[in-house]
Parts: sequence; structure tokens; C-alpha cells
Amino acid sequence: MAEPIQLTLTVNGAERTLTVHPFARLLDVLREQLGLTGTKEGCGEGECGACSVLLDGRVVNSCLVPAAQAQGAAVVTVEGLARDGELSPVQSAFLTHNAAQCGFCTPGMLVAATDLLSRCAHPGEPEVRAGLAGNLCRCTGYVKIVDAVREAAGPGGEAR
Amino acid sequence: MIGASSIRKEGRAKVLGTACYTDDMDLPGALHGATVRSRCARGVLQGISYGPGIPWEEFVIVTAADIPGVNRVASVVDDQPFLVGLGEPISHPEQPVLLLAHPDRHLLERARQAVRLEVAELPPVLDLEASLELAQVIYGSDNLLKQIRIAKGDPEPVWAGTTVIAGEYRTGAQEQLYLEPNAMLAEVDGAGQVTVWGSLQCPYYVHGALKQLFGLDDRQVRVVAMEMGGGFGGKEDYPSLSAGHAALLAHKSGRPVRLIYDREEDMAATTKRHPSRTRIRCGFDGAGLLQALEVDFVLDGGAFTTLSPVVLSRGAIHAGGVYRCPNVRIHARAVATNTPPPGAFRGFGAPQSLFAIERHLDVCAARLGLDPVELRRRNFLRPGDTMATGQGVREDLDLAGLMDRALAELDYHGKRAAFARASPDDPVQRGVGFSVFMHGCGFTGSGEAHMASVAGVEGLADGTISVLAASTEMGQGKNTVFAQIVAEALALPLEMVEVAPVDTHRVPNSGPTVASRSTMMVGRILEDAASGLKQALVQQGFLRLPYTPGEFAAAVRRAREALGAIRCYGQFHANPRSAWDDVHYRGDAYPDYSWACYATAVAVDTVTYEVAVEDFVAVQEVGRVVNPVMAAGQIQGGVAQGIGWGLWEEVTMKQGRMANNQMTNYLIPTSADLPPIRTFFLEQPSAGGPGGAKGIGELPMDGPAPALLNAVQGALRATLGTLRLDEVPMTPDRLLERCEEASHG
Amino acid sequence: MRGYLPDYDLRRPGSLAEALELLAREPGVWTPLAGGTDLMVLYNAGRLQATRLLDLSALAELRGIREEPAGLSFGALTSFTELRECEAVHRQFPNLVRSARATGALAIQNRGTLGGNISNASPAADTPPSLLAYGAELELVSSAGRRWLPYAAFHLGYKRLDLAPGELLARIRVPWPQGRGFHFFRKVGTRQAQAIAKVCLAGYGRIEAGALAEFRIGLGSLAPVPARARSVEAVLAGARLGALPIAAAQAALAADISPIDDIRASAHYRSVVARNVLGQMLRELDKLPG
Repeated sequence: MAEPIQLTLTVNGAERTLTVHPFARLLDVLREQLGLTGTKEGCGEGECGACSVLLDGRVVNSCLVPAAQAQGAAVVTVEGLARDGELSPVQSAFLTHNAAQCGFCTPGMLVAATDLLSRCAHPGEPEVRAGLAGNLCRCTGYVKIVDAVREAAGPGGEAR
Repeated sequence: MIGASSIRKEGRAKVLGTACYTDDMDLPGALHGATVRSRCARGVLQGISYGPGIPWEEFVIVTAADIPGVNRVASVVDDQPFLVGLGEPISHPEQPVLLLAHPDRHLLERARQAVRLEVAELPPVLDLEASLELAQVIYGSDNLLKQIRIAKGDPEPVWAGTTVIAGEYRTGAQEQLYLEPNAMLAEVDGAGQVTVWGSLQCPYYVHGALKQLFGLDDRQVRVVAMEMGGGFGGKEDYPSLSAGHAALLAHKSGRPVRLIYDREEDMAATTKRHPSRTRIRCGFDGAGLLQALEVDFVLDGGAFTTLSPVVLSRGAIHAGGVYRCPNVRIHARAVATNTPPPGAFRGFGAPQSLFAIERHLDVCAARLGLDPVELRRRNFLRPGDTMATGQGVREDLDLAGLMDRALAELDYHGKRAAFARASPDDPVQRGVGFSVFMHGCGFTGSGEAHMASVAGVEGLADGTISVLAASTEMGQGKNTVFAQIVAEALALPLEMVEVAPVDTHRVPNSGPTVASRSTMMVGRILEDAASGLKQALVQQGFLRLPYTPGEFAAAVRRAREALGAIRCYGQFHANPRSAWDDVHYRGDAYPDYSWACYATAVAVDTVTYEVAVEDFVAVQEVGRVVNPVMAAGQIQGGVAQGIGWGLWEEVTMKQGRMANNQMTNYLIPTSADLPPIRTFFLEQPSAGGPGGAKGIGELPMDGPAPALLNAVQGALRATLGTLRLDEVPMTPDRLLERCEEASHG
Repeated sequence: MRGYLPDYDLRRPGSLAEALELLAREPGVWTPLAGGTDLMVLYNAGRLQATRLLDLSALAELRGIREEPAGLSFGALTSFTELRECEAVHRQFPNLVRSARATGALAIQNRGTLGGNISNASPAADTPPSLLAYGAELELVSSAGRRWLPYAAFHLGYKRLDLAPGELLARIRVPWPQGRGFHFFRKVGTRQAQAIAKVCLAGYGRIEAGALAEFRIGLGSLAPVPARARSVEAVLAGARLGALPIAAAQAALAADISPIDDIRASAHYRSVVARNVLGQMLRELDKLPG
């Protein structure tokens, strides 16, 4: 039985210190210890992306991250995308394009889209589809999601 | 309102991540629950033992002996037990035998693995062929769960004068793969009231099942539908079983219980699309007209009846497709096997039978030396024709126009010509294909009349309106659509109409959220209820016409002061002109149909046998479109599922268990696998639906698979001739087999 | 989630020396953990038999991509994303870029590491065939010292590595391609992302005076280990562009592969497609100007 560790990390900009089992999944730490239930478990295998969060600025599957490896890290979840109740451009675009149907993939999809746009300012359709290929959606067929991400990228991209 | 692409009311919570799905809900003091399953396809349960190393005294254990009421899940036929009792039969390898609960979910899983079952095994029946052969009788006297015959005219004397073309088509199971696995919370209070919160499509199905399980009456059971992360039919009947399990554990322990499935369990144990085998015989006369049609349609119904009779019904009625034919025989059977029972999945039997007829039409066209476009054009149903059940085609139906539009949008003829000029040495061969099909809206025949759904509207204290219906939101946007319909009926802005949380203590039974019926049927009832409310307010002097929204709100407030709560309900009324004979399967099978033509362009890589979908056009006529953006989303999502079913989604069964029950081995399309799906709506208002709307949720599932396989044949005809493309999914492995068959044969 | 958390222990040493000292003191006890994209999947499924995890993620010595005279050297903890973002890799080792891009999806690439991918020893891994084609070498370290060996000699059998108890994979070095090179990579999965390879083939050739001066082919999902197609290479040795013995090479492939039926594909499919992909590669190579 492992000794619990003190985990200090930044979650959505706020510093948190928790006592955790070092091998606990980051997903469970977020949902159960921090009450951040926006991030979802869809598969537990790293296939569906519903558990996507940003870890030090990169999209990862939190169901595959042991807590010890988040030591000193900056984590951003879907709850951290809006600022003072104002939706981020991606969130807003998802709303107007109806890119969220059942909404279960949406938190992970928004995180992955945020990650994509932070590295590629004006992705074309193939770049968006490749960038989101780790986030499965069963409801939308991806069309509105791609439209929303491209709109959120703003002017300067290819015309649709 | 109707026709406006209003932004979804529940959209904001979804993009903020604050929408509360079942596992997001905190239930203080809850135990975690788990299900121990049979692991053996067929046998008799002799004993249960509890392995060493587990503190069993800490566990809540529920067996069949603990069931207070009836150990049968209320369904079409009550043949499925909640739990297998000692000495009772085991009918499939994922059958629930006992339940465990404990505060520590890690220890719980360890305990689940430590339970040993003693089973006297029997030889199982593992596929529909084996069931038909009757080497083992595992259900009733003949393994038949349901049988339906549809007859029109008489094909027998006609065959001789026609070119007869026969074919056999198979479709595999399909997993709904909603992103949110099945989840249920339950609590039983001191007074014995059972409450469940869950991811479920049909709160009143669950309500009825719990009443029977516990022997309780209406008010003692409360079912609350939570935010649902996808359903597609996979949460239509299964939740009755899991709600019962969660409630049994809560009942025995006196504590609330969380029963949350992980993906492996959900894939292995819950319902899927029925596998099918369809044998078709078509007789065409010298003018290429279909004079005789015979269809033998068989579904693998798994171990218990569940929804097989209804799936079979829809599949049988759709088996003749969109074609006129004076002489039809459809023989449909659902047979039992020792596998986990299938259930509802978007399309509900129609994708299976439509795959067969639409693929077969192309096969026939090739055999007759006709263009598949031309063969269909000659044989399309026209206004005034009758369908296989004798239902008249009443509308201003123009299938040729629908087809021509789809083909034009795809540039079908242009592409076909261009692909024909391409080099046969190119490793990538391209082709186009299409399908034309229909989907009956709402329940078959007298289904709606039997259900007599009720829905209502209520005036709230602030003067706004609340919609009371049991329809559940699973992403299709029904909250917004209902609000739009009621807002339009009352001439109010959308912000003044909200949909009440779906709680059986609060909303009436407007029927299950299935069968593409919510907009068309429940929406129509709500339209009536809203009109009724307005009339009552006017008649009783609270409201004068015309009114502004502010005046309406004031009138509601005044009425509430005077009368207390104000609600107005509507109820489904069967169309008196509509007649359905459930015994002979004749008459008006559905109140209305939606019609579609889907066309696609594919690229087949002959190095790897992969099929890439390069373009997909979906044209449909669905009456009046209530919310265009949402409607397009429904079509795009359904097409994506249809493409997955056609090309990649294979359920691999070993000894009656799903062997590839992980998302790494059951492959649904990613964003990188699909082209933009282009959707077009032709509007022809229908008398039945609100504002003329029909159903659309399931329609898109019916068209993609045959269109794709028709396109693959088109792509490979020049180099390989006729291929036996008669099965879905047409995975690369299977396509390789068929190509080798064609080159060697 | 089926893993029994109380069974697991995770130790996170702060330096390589500390890690090696622990491995020397308790050989066979600790299983190295890098990005977790393999081990955590097993854990979630309740199938992770290794319960004492040695978390390497804090070991700076195992990070970094270095341009050295002999070749490009990757720390074992180099992620697939880091590999994709390295200019030298794009310039000199396009197969590695394609392998990395083919691995899972972005979230997996951000966490998965070269060292983890190699050590997990799945025959279906996407990067090993490219490493074999490039003639990669591995540096293994222990508290007793360090040694280099060709990657082609590392896999002794299915999930059996030439790795002594107490040894850690520290670096992977790919020699700089010389002269005129030909690079080919193709992974065949069932879908475009998040797919385990059914067939994978990587080729690297050096062309001199219109002939193949060297040619290495790495294969994935066609044998119990990532393997070199040595029979095929023998047929192609010294062959001239424009006159490559393609049919003979394809025929020789059968001696280099032992495909199986599994949940993803049949042995027959693998055989046929491997042969086809080999043909595709050789036809592409054959068409190059001499």
C-alpha cells in the first residue's frame, strides 16, 4: 500500500494542495476530490477523449495520468475556459453552431479545440479534423464541431 | 418560431461543463453497486460461493431471493428476470445473477471477481442460423420470439413470367456507443418510496418496471431523467433492468446506491442492434417493373423478447422499400439465441431490411442491364399507390425529384463518368452509389392509440410557461423544439417557455422518447395543450385577444391567483381515418413517412482494401423543419453512425460474449474519417405533425450502408466485375475476401 | 475502472542515479513508468500485473533531443509531440514524423514516449518499424555502467527484451542519413486515428549511382516483435532503380513475416496487405530517377 503524497498543482489558475494516492487517476482527483465534474469518463482507455484536460498547456487524457505526474503542473479543465462567466470564443461558437448535442464529449472537445487553436491560429478543415481525431463524438458527425472551431479561429482562415 | 434555428436552451450548460449527468450528481452516503454476471451462455444456476480474501460481511448482497415483487422486467413480454435464482435457467453469458454494494469502489470490483457461480452447463445456441436449425430449443417450442407475415396480391403465379433475381444479405450487431455509459442512482426512503435518477430515455417504462419489481403503486415510485450523454435507443429498455438493480441494492442496504457501468461492461452486457439475415427474391417484367417481391427477414433476438417484436415489425414493414409492387410476401421472424438481448438502436429494424432491398436493387439493375437510377425511377411509389401493407401513398410524393436532387448535389453522373475514365491501374479506385428509402414516423399502427400519451403546459408564478412531457433530452434538442412549438402556439418569445425537468412526480406520461415521435406526436399534443390553455384563459376572462407577451404573463398570474395551479393537458387522438389490423398487418402502418435519398462518393484503396468516404449528400423530405440547424445536426450524426455501421463497426462474438468490448477494438468514426456531410431538406408539410413536422431522428440511419456498398461496387466494377457485397460492416478484411472471390470465381 | 488502487505503489526518483540505485538494490521489483499511455490502460482494465511503478518522468537526464556527430539522439522520455516538433527530425527522418503522427491521437502523442513505446514491446507499435529502418541504436544504463546495442537486436521474442534487471533504456540514437535517401512509411489501421496497426511498413534506402547501397525495412504487426524484413532486403541488395526485382522481393516477404489472426485482422489480410504495401513502396522507389 503506497504512502499518500501531497500533490500541489494549479487547477484553472488556482493553486490547490491535496492528499492523494500517487497512482490515483488525475481524472478521479479532478472529479471526486476537487468536485470538477465537467471532465467526463467515457472509456477509461484513452480512446474517446471525454476526459481531456490541458496539462502544462498540452491536451492529455486524464484517465491515463497518475496523480504523481501532475505534481507542480498547471491543469486546465472545461470549467477554466470561460472568464468571469463570459464564454471563450470556442465555447460561444459551439453554442451558435449547435456543436454540442448530448454534450458528453463537449468538455473534452472544447479543451482539445482550445489546445489546437493555441498552436494553430487558422486551421483549415483537415487540420481541425486531425487535431480533434482523439475526441470521439457519437451525436454530431463532427460537421458542426468543425464549423464552430473554424469560426472561433476568427477571420484570416479559408472561407467556408 | 417553427423554422427558426433557435439556439438550444440547454446548450450553455453543456459548453460550460455544468450540465449534470447521472455520475456527476453527488448522493451523500451512497454505496457503489456492481453486477455479477453469469459468464456462461446457457445452463442452470446451481450455486453461488464467495471467494477468500474479501471482507464479505461489509458487503450488501442481493440475490433473486431478495426481490419483494415480481422477478420479471416489465416489457413487451415479461420473460426477462432481474436476477437469476438458484435452480433457474441461465440464458446468456452476461445475465445478471447477483448484485453487490460497498462504499469502496475499488474493493467492490475485487469482490465482483471473487464471486464463483456453479452452473450446470447446457449446449448454447449462438447465432440465428443455429436457432433456425433447432438443434437446441432454447425458447418456447420453436425458438421463435415473434413472427409476422405481410401479404399483398399473390407472387406465386407471377414468378414464371418474370426475370427472377435472388439475394441474401446480412447485417451485424451494432453498439450504440453513447459517450456516457449506462448510469443509475437509487434511493429508498423510510416510507418505502423508491426514487431513481438515471440516464434513461423512457421514465415511464422504468416507472412501470419498478412498480412491478417492488409491488408498489404509482406514487410510491419516482423516476427522474438526468441529463443524458447519448441514447440512440440503447437507453430505451435496458434502464428498466439497471434501475431495478440499483433500487434493489438501495432497498436492502437502506443507503443510496450508485450503479455506474464502465465501458467494458456497457458494451458487453447492454442492448445492441439486432443482427439480421434477409433473403430477397425480385421478379421483374420485360419493362423492368417489379411484379413480385418475396422477403424472408430474420433477426437474432438474443435470449429474451425485449423489443424484438417491435423491431421486427418495423423491419418487416420497411422491407419492400420505396417501390410499387402488386404482389408481395414478407415473412419476418425474430429468433432466440443465448446471447445478450439486443434492443433499440436508431432505425429499429428498418436499417436492416432497407440495407437488403437497396443493395439488392443495384444488384438487380446490373443483372437486368439497367442503370440503377433508371430501375428505381421506373419502380418508385407514386401518389395513389399502396405500400406492402396496403397503406395508400397519400402525399404529393415525388421520389424521383428527391433522387434527382441528391444525385445532382453529389454530381453523381459527372463523377461516375469521370471515374469510368480513370486508369484501372491506379491503386485507388473511385465510385459513386446511392440509396432511396423511407422511415415511418411514430409508432406502428395502433401503438400511439394504445399509449394514449398525455402532455401538458403549466402557467408558472412569474407568468411564464412550463412544458410538461416525459420526453427526455439526449442531444436531439427536444427541449428547444418543444419550447419552439409551444411558443409559436401561444405567440410568445422563446424565453418565456421552459421545459420542466422530467420527473414522474411532475410530468405526465407522454410516452417513450423513441420512434422519432417526439416532435411529431408529443409536439402535436403540446400544440393542442397550449391552444387549450389560451382558450381557457380567454373564455374565463383572464385574457383578451390580441395580446402582447406581457399581457399573457399578467393573465397567467391573475389566473393562478384566482384558481391556484393552472395546467392544460392534451392527449393523443388517433386519426379516425387511420385503420390498422395488427393480426394481418394490413392498413396504415404509420401516420406518415419521411423520405430520403442519400448519395456518396468513395475511394477504395486496392492496396489495403480501405474505403474512404470522400463526399456524402443527404437529401430528405421531413415535412416542416422545426429547427434547421438542429435538424441538420441530427442527420449528420445519424449518417455518421450509418457510415460506421456500413464500414467499420463489427461486434465480434465468442461463445456468446462480445470479445471486442473496448473502444480500442470497436471502432466508430473519428473526425478524421468522415467528410463534411451535406444535408438538404425538402419541405412538404404533413397534416399530422405540429406545424406540419414529421420525424427525423432515425431516418438518417437507414440510407448510408447500402449507398456505400453500392458505391464500392461502382468503384471496383471495371477491374473486378460483380462483387458479392452483401454484408455489413464491409471491413477491409471482408472486402479483400470478396475481391479475391471475384477474381478467382 | 477495474484497477485495485491499494495494490499499487509509485516511486518518483528525482535523478537517474537514484533510479538506478533503486533498480540495482531491488532488481525485478520495479516497472518503469513513463507517459502511462500503455500501463494506465492496463491498470484501468484491471490487468496491470506490475504493481510497483518507478515513475521516470522527473528524470531530466532521459529528456532532450541532441544533435551529435554520429546521429540524432533522443532521450527515452522524448514524447511523440516533441519528436514531431523537432526540426531536425522533419529534415532528416521523415518516417519518424509519420510514425509519431500515426500514433493514437494528439493527447496520446503528448504523453507517450519513445522509450515507453519501445519497452512496451508491442509488435503493433508504430515507431519501431521506422527506428529499424533507420538503423537505430539504444543506450542502456545501469548502476554498473552503460552499453549501446542495435535496436534490431533488442527484441528477443514476444515482450522479451535484451534488458538486464537493473537496466534502463536511456537514449535512442538514429545515425544521420548519408547521401541520397529514400524514405517510406505506411501504417494500415482500421480508421485514420486512434487505431492499432494491422500492418506497418517502414523503409529507408540509400541510393548511390542509381542502385541501392543500403536498404532497411522495418515491419510492424507482422511478427511477435517489430522486425527487419531481412529476406526482402537480401533480394534488394544492390538492385538498380528502374529494374528493382519487385515480384521477387514480394515473394521473399513470406519468409520474414508470421502474421496471426487476432481481434483486429486475419493473418490472410495481413499477408496480402503487407505484400501490397511492399509493392507500393518498391514501385515508388523504382520510379525515382537513377
